[in-house]
Amino acid sequence: MKYFISLCALVLFLSSNVTAAIQSINGAGATFPYPLYSKWFSEYNKQFPDVRINYQSIGSGAGIKQFVSKTVDFGASDAPMKDDELAQAGAPVLHVPTTLGAVVVSYNLPGVTTELKFTPEVVAGIFLGQISKWNDAKIKQLNPQINLPDLYITPVYRSDGSGTTAVFTDYLSKVSVEWKKSVGEGKAVKWPAGLGGKGNEGVTGMIKQTPGSVGYVEQVYALTNKLPIGSIKNAAGQFVFPSLEAVTAAADSSLKNMPADFRVSITNAAGAKSYPISAFTYILVYKKSETPAAKNVKEFLKWSMGKGQDYAKSLSYAPLPKSLAQKILKSVNEIQTK
Amino acid sequence: MIRRGDLNFSDKIFYWVLKSLAFGIIGLLVVLFILLLKMSWPIFSKIGLSFYFLNEWNPVTEEFGAMAFIYGTIATALLALVLSLPISLGSALLVTELANLHVRRVLGFLIEMLAAIPSIVYGLWGLFVVVPFLRTDVQPFLGDYLGFLPLFKGPPIGVGLMAGGIVLAIMITPTIATICREIFLTIPKVYKEGALALGATRWEMIQLSVIRSSLSGILGASILGLARALGETMAVTMVIGNRAQISSSLFSPAQTMASLLANEYAEASSEIHMASLTAIGFGLLLVSLIVNSLARIIIWRVGRIYRRSK
Amino acid sequence: MNLDNVMSVHDFKRKVKNYFMIGLICLSALVAIFPLISVFVFVLQKGLPSLSWDFFTQLPAPVGETGGGMAQSILGSFYLIAVASLIGVPWGIASAIYITEYGYGKTVFLLRFSNDLLMGVPSIVMGLFVYSFVVAPMKGFSWLAGSLALGLIMIPIVSRSTEEILKTVPSHIREAGLALGIPRYKVILHIILKGSWGAILTGIILSVARISGETAPLLFTAFNNQYWSHSLTQPVSSLPVQIYTYAISPFEEWQAQAWSGALVLILFIFVINIAVRLLFHKK
Repeated sequence: MKYFISLCALVLFLSSNVTAAIQSINGAGATFPYPLYSKWFSEYNKQFPDVRINYQSIGSGAGIKQFVSKTVDFGASDAPMKDDELAQAGAPVLHVPTTLGAVVVSYNLPGVTTELKFTPEVVAGIFLGQISKWNDAKIKQLNPQINLPDLYITPVYRSDGSGTTAVFTDYLSKVSVEWKKSVGEGKAVKWPAGLGGKGNEGVTGMIKQTPGSVGYVEQVYALTNKLPIGSIKNAAGQFVFPSLEAVTAAADSSLKNMPADFRVSITNAAGAKSYPISAFTYILVYKKSETPAAKNVKEFLKWSMGKGQDYAKSLSYAPLPKSLAQKILKSVNEIQTK
Repeated sequence: MIRRGDLNFSDKIFYWVLKSLAFGIIGLLVVLFILLLKMSWPIFSKIGLSFYFLNEWNPVTEEFGAMAFIYGTIATALLALVLSLPISLGSALLVTELANLHVRRVLGFLIEMLAAIPSIVYGLWGLFVVVPFLRTDVQPFLGDYLGFLPLFKGPPIGVGLMAGGIVLAIMITPTIATICREIFLTIPKVYKEGALALGATRWEMIQLSVIRSSLSGILGASILGLARALGETMAVTMVIGNRAQISSSLFSPAQTMASLLANEYAEASSEIHMASLTAIGFGLLLVSLIVNSLARIIIWRVGRIYRRSK
Repeated sequence: MNLDNVMSVHDFKRKVKNYFMIGLICLSALVAIFPLISVFVFVLQKGLPSLSWDFFTQLPAPVGETGGGMAQSILGSFYLIAVASLIGVPWGIASAIYITEYGYGKTVFLLRFSNDLLMGVPSIVMGLFVYSFVVAPMKGFSWLAGSLALGLIMIPIVSRSTEEILKTVPSHIREAGLALGIPRYKVILHIILKGSWGAILTGIILSVARISGETAPLLFTAFNNQYWSHSLTQPVSSLPVQIYTYAISPFEEWQAQAWSGALVLILFIFVINIAVRLLFHKK
């Protein structure tokens, strides 16, 4: 009994000990921008020690779901919310593009560390399970100088609902009729072949572990893990490596027709220099919110459009084009908080 | 026994508090059951129980069926049972029939420690130790020599049914071994001594007096082990390969009901997807309730029979 | 002569079979124990190098930066267990007392049976339940939700172990107390419970060890947090969830920390188990 009472007292003491000055904000969603976000939230906390932003990278699908269920203060997704999801939210939602990234095709091939070339047809063929060996004639033809091993291809995909998947399948649906017909596009699809990993983290981990595997991840995951990255033939017929310039070029080509709500797909963008699987990633907030956290989220978003953009390059994300950042800042300023 | 009328006021309060908490456990089970059923209702009202027999999981077209996950769950659990049962039986027999007190204590302790290791640690170990070992050594070997069997077809990728089954086998071994040990201990000594006196070897004694007379108890222990394997989540999630498919090969990635929930439950945004996931949770609950009851009843009856015969 | 020969061949076969089967039995015990050794060796080998003072005192570092620790997860695990015990321990003990002291006939069977069933509910299903029962209506992942999920898992474990102990209390102790005119609740609380408190506590501590490694029910209840969190209504980190997050990541420093986390977790669990056994055996 004594133990019990002292335990009660301890818990009460600890939970009453909350320093009222500290503002806790909870966010969840995309794993695609997680390396950048974790840097941002850490830096933001250093500059404003009384604001703590807890961000968990549980995937865009979960980000949207938890945002709509209002269990988090903001959501994050690389796939813009669909109309029916917006309807579920029940209140006007602002999509805040935060940065630009590339979904890269990365692989683990013993003996091959150089860049492989892929055409959209080959990428679709691999993920459809039709090209099942690395020394398939279709891959050989594109990479004649590389000694491709006689090894099964194991495609690795996302087992959770993912914006990265949405971007990748959106691209494949644009370039492959068969993909569009048999698989389609979405945050989670029915994969014809391969195995699943959770989050960009899990997919990268699986690729790293499994010889013969190939997967799609945000560029920084491949880079920090020293996994080779393929270049992909874009809409203009050029093989493009996912450099920052190539991603920015893809974004630039779509700036003219950027809709007012920022919900845009920039896959398979026009332009000889554009990397075809580029994407914006978004933070999702309500345009009008009464929660105490909303004000701090708004302040943070303003910071992210200015100072925050400086951190992007060092983590291989492309900063937003200046004109776009200005436009977004205007929308952020219109968020109504208490 | 004291009748309720004999209780004074404080006693009455005490009694009712205890009673409500004790029956609260039944209430909890009922609430759990009803809540999950209610939340999975949209999918049941749409396609009924055929949900559990449909091999389709397509979030794009919003067609959902649980067959692939049920298959994955049963396949890994059965594999685990097949691997674990002989080992558990052997360990239990060593403890009860062969070992001296010292070995008995040490082995009992080690098996308890085996049970104490959390699922997440088994998952970590499975992912970084078992999976690479399967991929580089076991699966290529099996593929080369037994590749003609449908069980061992396909590329050796490590993660999959086989890895899931092995990790589960390790996790259910303490459960089965402990219950088997308890059952073997209930067998009256005269049975064993009688067999030995008639000139049986130690193994024949074990075979005739111990194993044969506790078959139903071993069955109960196996079912309980199976129940534990069905609901196990983390370790399996980390090594199963997360793929909704029905494949006869142990090399192929799969998905279990529990690992699907760990992967997708936080993100299902459409009502029907959410209902389908909850329906899988409901199915898992129902199956574990049934399997657990079955095992408990068997073990309980075995215990009673021996207690009577003593 | 001929007959003798046949007999001895037969006996020989029996003997060989006997030794062979006994050998197999010994081997199977070794196979059963092998994973324990393997897990322990790997966790030590991979977890020890990155186990530093920082691991226990620092918050996680952003992706790609070295250093950082799991301090908030370790504290979070203690928070979760503390509040879970507030739910699971009294409930479990109350149910055990009711069964042993007041229950009779079919009620006892029914209560014990449902207790066993609750023990068999997969922990992920418990997480699902708490998510829809607490997290979604309260609009937020929280320490409270995580503890509730763990507490519900604790109830049947505590109840079972307490019941086993109360069963062994001889009935003349009860009768003596009641004969003195002491109210029944006082007999139970002050005589029966107090007398076997040490053994009951053992069961409670073992149940704590058991839930300290639970991951699945926390994934969508307590969620995770990369900062300290001291509020019942905020998400809180826990050691198992943090290990999971780090284990499936591709970053080597995170994987190393996952192993260190696993080391801390199993040392905690082993120490509890061994300590309880030593204390218990002395009695």
